[in-house]
Amino acid sequence: MIKLINAALAIVAGVGGMLALFWILNAIVERLPGRWEERLKPYVFIGPAVALVGLFLVYPAVQTVIYSFADKNSQKWVGFENYKALWNDDNFRSALLNNLLWILVVPAVSVVIGLLIAVLADRLRPTSEKVAKSVIFMPMAISFVGASTIWRFVYDTRFAEGDEQIGLLSAITTGLGFDPVSWLRLDAWNVNDFLLMAIMIWLQAGFAMVLLSAAVKGVPEDTLEAARIDGANELQIFFRVVVPQIWPTVIVVFTTVLILVMKVFDIVYVMTGGNADTDVVANIFVEELIEFGDDGRAAAVVVVLMIAVIPVMIYQVRRFRMQEAGR
Amino acid sequence: MATVRFEKAQRWYPGADTPAVPGIDLEIEDGEFMVLVGPSGCGKSTTLRMLAGLEEVNSGNVYIGDRDVTKLSPKDRDIAMVFQNYALYPHMTVADNMAFALKMAKVPSEERKVRVREAAGILGLTDYLDRKPKALSGGQRQRVAMGRAIVRQPQVFLMDEPLSNLDAKMRVATRTDIAKLQADLGITTVYVTHDQIEAMTMGDRVAVMNFGELQQVDTPLSLYDRPNNRFVAGFIGSPAMNFLEGEMTDGGLRIGDYDLPVPRDVLQKATDGVVVGVRPEHFEIASDNNGIPIEVTLVEELGADAYIYGTTDVQGTPGHLVVRGLARRDVAKGSTVYVSADAERIHVFDKATEKRLN
Amino acid sequence: MTQAAPTVDVDPMGGEGQKPPRAQRFTLGSVVVRATVALLCLLWLVPTIGLLVSSFRSEEAVKEDGWWTVFASPLEFSQWTLDSYDSVIFDQGMGSAFLNSIVVTVPATIIPIMIAAFAAYAFTFMRFPGRDLLFILVVGLLVVPLQVAFVPLLRLFSQYELNGTFLAVWLAHAGFGMPLAIYILRNYMASLPHEIIESAAVDGASHFRTFWSLVVPMSVPALAAYAIFQFLWVWNDLLVALLFLGAGENEVVTINLRDLIGDLGQEWHLLTAGAFISMVLPLAVFFALQRYFVRGLTAGSVKG
Ligand SMILES: Nc1ncnc2c1ncn2[C@@H]1O[C@H](COP(=O)(O)OP(=O)(O)OP(=O)(O)O)[C@@H](O)[C@H]1O
Ligand SMILES: [Mg+2]
Repeated sequence: MIKLINAALAIVAGVGGMLALFWILNAIVERLPGRWEERLKPYVFIGPAVALVGLFLVYPAVQTVIYSFADKNSQKWVGFENYKALWNDDNFRSALLNNLLWILVVPAVSVVIGLLIAVLADRLRPTSEKVAKSVIFMPMAISFVGASTIWRFVYDTRFAEGDEQIGLLSAITTGLGFDPVSWLRLDAWNVNDFLLMAIMIWLQAGFAMVLLSAAVKGVPEDTLEAARIDGANELQIFFRVVVPQIWPTVIVVFTTVLILVMKVFDIVYVMTGGNADTDVVANIFVEELIEFGDDGRAAAVVVVLMIAVIPVMIYQVRRFRMQEAGR
Repeated sequence: MATVRFEKAQRWYPGADTPAVPGIDLEIEDGEFMVLVGPSGCGKSTTLRMLAGLEEVNSGNVYIGDRDVTKLSPKDRDIAMVFQNYALYPHMTVADNMAFALKMAKVPSEERKVRVREAAGILGLTDYLDRKPKALSGGQRQRVAMGRAIVRQPQVFLMDEPLSNLDAKMRVATRTDIAKLQADLGITTVYVTHDQIEAMTMGDRVAVMNFGELQQVDTPLSLYDRPNNRFVAGFIGSPAMNFLEGEMTDGGLRIGDYDLPVPRDVLQKATDGVVVGVRPEHFEIASDNNGIPIEVTLVEELGADAYIYGTTDVQGTPGHLVVRGLARRDVAKGSTVYVSADAERIHVFDKATEKRLN
Repeated sequence: MTQAAPTVDVDPMGGEGQKPPRAQRFTLGSVVVRATVALLCLLWLVPTIGLLVSSFRSEEAVKEDGWWTVFASPLEFSQWTLDSYDSVIFDQGMGSAFLNSIVVTVPATIIPIMIAAFAAYAFTFMRFPGRDLLFILVVGLLVVPLQVAFVPLLRLFSQYELNGTFLAVWLAHAGFGMPLAIYILRNYMASLPHEIIESAAVDGASHFRTFWSLVVPMSVPALAAYAIFQFLWVWNDLLVALLFLGAGENEVVTINLRDLIGDLGQEWHLLTAGAFISMVLPLAVFFALQRYFVRGLTAGSVKG
């Protein structure tokens, strides 16, 4: 109860405080002579936002790069030791490879499933379409931890004699006559990795579907009709007419999921803790930071992640510029 | 109520190669209806927006009354503006839309109500005061935008193509409404349009602009009768003026086999040849063959009179000519008629400078 | 992100009243279409149903056989029980974690929206030196991994003894959410008619006034979209909560659920009930406000 009152107070104080801050700053600026008022006012408006971004993103990013060249408590400089140590760490290397696998599989499969649903559901009756899309979209509301719990149950296996399988996957495979397997430990052909990726795909396909669906519905009807008159069959129309027109959206969805995949640790952290050769880079960060308390290494892991997103960032900024030029 | 004065006011958009308005000098009298007219992109809106304070004035000055408003923000200029798309606040009722500026000026709510009712009455909006803009027709929205301006009783009204979103019929009706309203209120008004008929019918005076420069500021009739230069001559009037060129002779201009008399002293002022402008109504169909032969391609019968469109291959003529003739004369398409100009009513321009010579 | 919102005003979720004669668009065998969609939906739904069903079964039943066996006799009400919920909420602390999650989420949603709305207004309607550069920075930060923030922030917070407090998470979420909030809101505001803002200026409204009386009311769809987005993000977040709040008195549902998995990994009746509690509020918000959320997504989004 006390906590809720605290929260209510926080809302009132936080929101009220921010309002008061804006109001006071604004009032001060408005008292200044004309020129100064016009000049300073924009900074009053963006000030708090810039302060937050500076304090919580820009400053830490710079600081993290610096820490990555220091030892575990940032007491002395170690040069590239942290990076070398990571490179020589088998676990980190396998995490890099796993990440690569995630990047290759998850965005592509999410896009394909999303597009499949977007296109197929478009042809159902309105109610069915709505229901189908809501079902696929629903996992968007579920946390990675929640999703992990759901799927951990699906992947559960029991080995004791006479125990029935209560995990869906094992129930099916044993029902088909196979021996029970501990799915999340099955690292042959990266099976366990793929099972973890399935969770991510399950979560993200809805996002892909929503954006792609909007794009597909935005394809002008007359281009389809023109193609039909030109004698194209439905598959040709899809690949030659529809896909090129929605391609920009495909790229958007792909990169968004890609970035997410690069930095999500929750699923691995909760499902396997990185064991059985399932670790990913973002999870190694948490391990280094919490379990080993090695801030230097943790910082170095982050720098690796940052470097990995730089190309996407550049691409993003360029796209934004082009979009603005056309505004 | 106040005068408005631009003194070499310049607007140079950031990143542009040339200024949109290099420096405009314009004086508008108290209570006057001034129309800014010109082709698209000539800087009319820019000029108006400098007066509104929506564009920075890069150099020069703008005065409202005796006040130098060059550096003032819009809210301190005591002006009201009607925008092309009306800019009604979508989430407010008509009454709230009209009261907004008064509220900003801290007018007491009683007085606000009275003034809004009054303005609504003038504009016939009384029944719509509680509606949101979405639920109004285009013409009603236009009137709300007008109402928003007049409740303010500002020093100056600014209007940027306020009629361009109405259909042709509404436009004609509203045109006269606005002119009358302005005359009744007597508030100095600057009105931007690209439509020269609007300009001619509404303005006390009209300022014609081209490429950011003022070409001529005058009453509508003076503009029509004595255009300062070739641009104004061609821009004002519909159908447009015909421009003829020819060989300069001693007492006139020789166009094909036709001699158009032009006073000698006028011709002498020319630096490099002249261009003569003749309005369609100042051509006459010659009874004999003394004139410019044109082959009739189209006859526009208007009942009261007729416009004859024709082509000619005489050197120096524009190829197409428009002549106003008498109605029901049965000039046949394809026939050839000879036309001659009324020498008293011609406009002579310098070919190089395009300035008026007579 | 930077998704050029589709020019046609379509609802990507589909639904009544907005279907042009689209049934004819393709003539692929409609049985195949329906079967495929049904199959995918089943695949998407079954794991969640398993969770839901198991959470209402008794411990013995959950451990005895698969949850799908209930469908043999679903109407036998004696098999349904709320025991697991009782145990999770009161014995395992999921109840207080739920309250904590609310305490964390609501301020962490509202505060950044307001700050971002002011900034978005300035980025859209004001001219000032450095504007474009700052905005490019915002766009760039959209994709920066949150992880960059933790090492320095943990130290900074511990200096002021903020670690483990709600204030730390509120601030952190406000900061982390800022780029996306500014980005979404600015894109929306840029689509509002500029004339309206100019008209307000001529009418004598200050920027502050224009912001509150005009821009905020007209931006409600975007504000709502971002609010839902941020709400889901904060509620579902594990990383920030793990590092700044941790386990214990102030723990939120995601942390509580993680600990349930760690400590009681095979007690499926408890795990399923706990997971469901952690999901129920976001699911409710999500289904109630799906329209806004979808609009927010299509208006352009990526989470940093
Ligand atoms: N914000 C701007 N930035 C850069 N250039 C501009 C801007 N606004 C207008 N211009 C340019 O300035 C010139 C004058 O524009 P202005 O809007 O004043 O024309 P206008 O006479 O009102 O035309 P129209 O009848 O089409 O409204 C044009 O060449 C235009 O391209
Ligand atoms: Mg204009």
